[in-house]
Amino acid sequence: MQYFVSVVQQIGHGISASLLLFVLTLVFSMPLGLLVCFGRMSKFRPLSAVAGFVISVLRGTPLMLQLVVVFFGPYYLLGIPVSNRWRFWAAIVGFSINYAAYFAEIYRSGIQSIPLGQYEAAEVLGYNKTQTFCKIIFPQMVKRVLPPVTNEIITLTKDTSLAFVLAYAEMFTLAKQVAAADASIAPLFVAGLFYYIFNYVVAFVMDFIERKLAYYQ
Amino acid sequence: MKLLEINHLKKSFDDLHVLHDISMSVEEGEVVSIIGPSGSGKSTLLRCATMLETMNGGDLIYGGQAAVKDGVYADKEQLKKVKEFYGLVFQNFNLFPHYSVMKNLVDAPIHVQKRNKDEIHKEALQLLEDVGLADKANAYPCQLSGGQQQRVAIARALAMKPQMLFFDEPTSALDPELTTEVLKILRQLAEQNMTMVIVTHEIDFARAVSDRVIFMADGYIVEQGPPEEVLDNPQNPRTQAFLRKVQR
Repeated sequence: MQYFVSVVQQIGHGISASLLLFVLTLVFSMPLGLLVCFGRMSKFRPLSAVAGFVISVLRGTPLMLQLVVVFFGPYYLLGIPVSNRWRFWAAIVGFSINYAAYFAEIYRSGIQSIPLGQYEAAEVLGYNKTQTFCKIIFPQMVKRVLPPVTNEIITLTKDTSLAFVLAYAEMFTLAKQVAAADASIAPLFVAGLFYYIFNYVVAFVMDFIERKLAYYQ
Repeated sequence: MKLLEINHLKKSFDDLHVLHDISMSVEEGEVVSIIGPSGSGKSTLLRCATMLETMNGGDLIYGGQAAVKDGVYADKEQLKKVKEFYGLVFQNFNLFPHYSVMKNLVDAPIHVQKRNKDEIHKEALQLLEDVGLADKANAYPCQLSGGQQQRVAIARALAMKPQMLFFDEPTSALDPELTTEVLKILRQLAEQNMTMVIVTHEIDFARAVSDRVIFMADGYIVEQGPPEEVLDNPQNPRTQAFLRKVQR
């Protein structure tokens, strides 16, 4: 028990670092995903082609590789030396754009699943395009995409461990160090427990939202 | 006064000509039923008239104000004004599932027409009363039967205070025992002198409420006139064949 407490103390900083990475990634990637989704669904062909290409690259290459490219990119491409602060923001940027790509496709599936009749009813009632999207389409889309979005968020909590490639001191990085120093596997179990608790809370919250939206079909 | 005037309307989807040369008009207070075999272009005509489809040629005029002149659409402002003239009730109701019955009725009048909220609420309650659903104001569409949903949809269209209503096969998605309650509402509206254009398969209903029946086939208006002429004594062989088929 005492050892458990000491492990938690040692990786405590990493827990909050992982949490911060998780929260900021969600804050940036969810709205960014909507923008990318709009681009992808745009009737202006060049825009939809670019958005489609970006999504395909972000989904088709490893997140770990993208993180490294974002981190070293400024140095190799522009000659700007990478600072320690950038380490943190590179992780945020890398995660956010990668997750935005996935969210964009989830949103698109949600928007495209709304029956055409909803648009037509809105049009006949005189709603303009913005009103139609904000009042009629978006709320229905949110309900429909909750299950896949929950999946994505759960994956994200676990993916935060990939930030170790940038030597960003998140939970998994620290747990590994403590495990090595103590020659014990226990720290890894402690880290695993914390990931599990994170996701338990995520699933609980998402389930709560889903039930809140279950008032209509 | 002519509320709706359509001249030489043409509509095609790529190479498929759906409407060839449709001219028709609707007088204020008139109830017009459009009948015809499936694929005859009835629904497309309705969708062109309500601007859900873009017509390829001809005029579309509401109350003397042109929405389309010789295939050219008016500017946005003018179209917005013209849209105030009519409402449309869909075959599949198309209620907003995430809004309560009340919100389905009041949202567009509040946010599109920007009229007084208290007034709109009062009118909406009255409309729900008229369609026999005053007790369902706080229900959601998924809690209602098809017939009830269609009655809400009619009330929603009326809440916009249109001068005329279009109905696109309003009972086709309903179980037979539910069609009566919807047709009853349409009858009520006809008695109140609401101008209506109804695409329907209900021949007996068309006979009972219509001032005029239009029979369409292959994108043309084949025959039109009072129901007792078109339905009971059709002159055109196509009308005769159609009526024989549906009334067997």
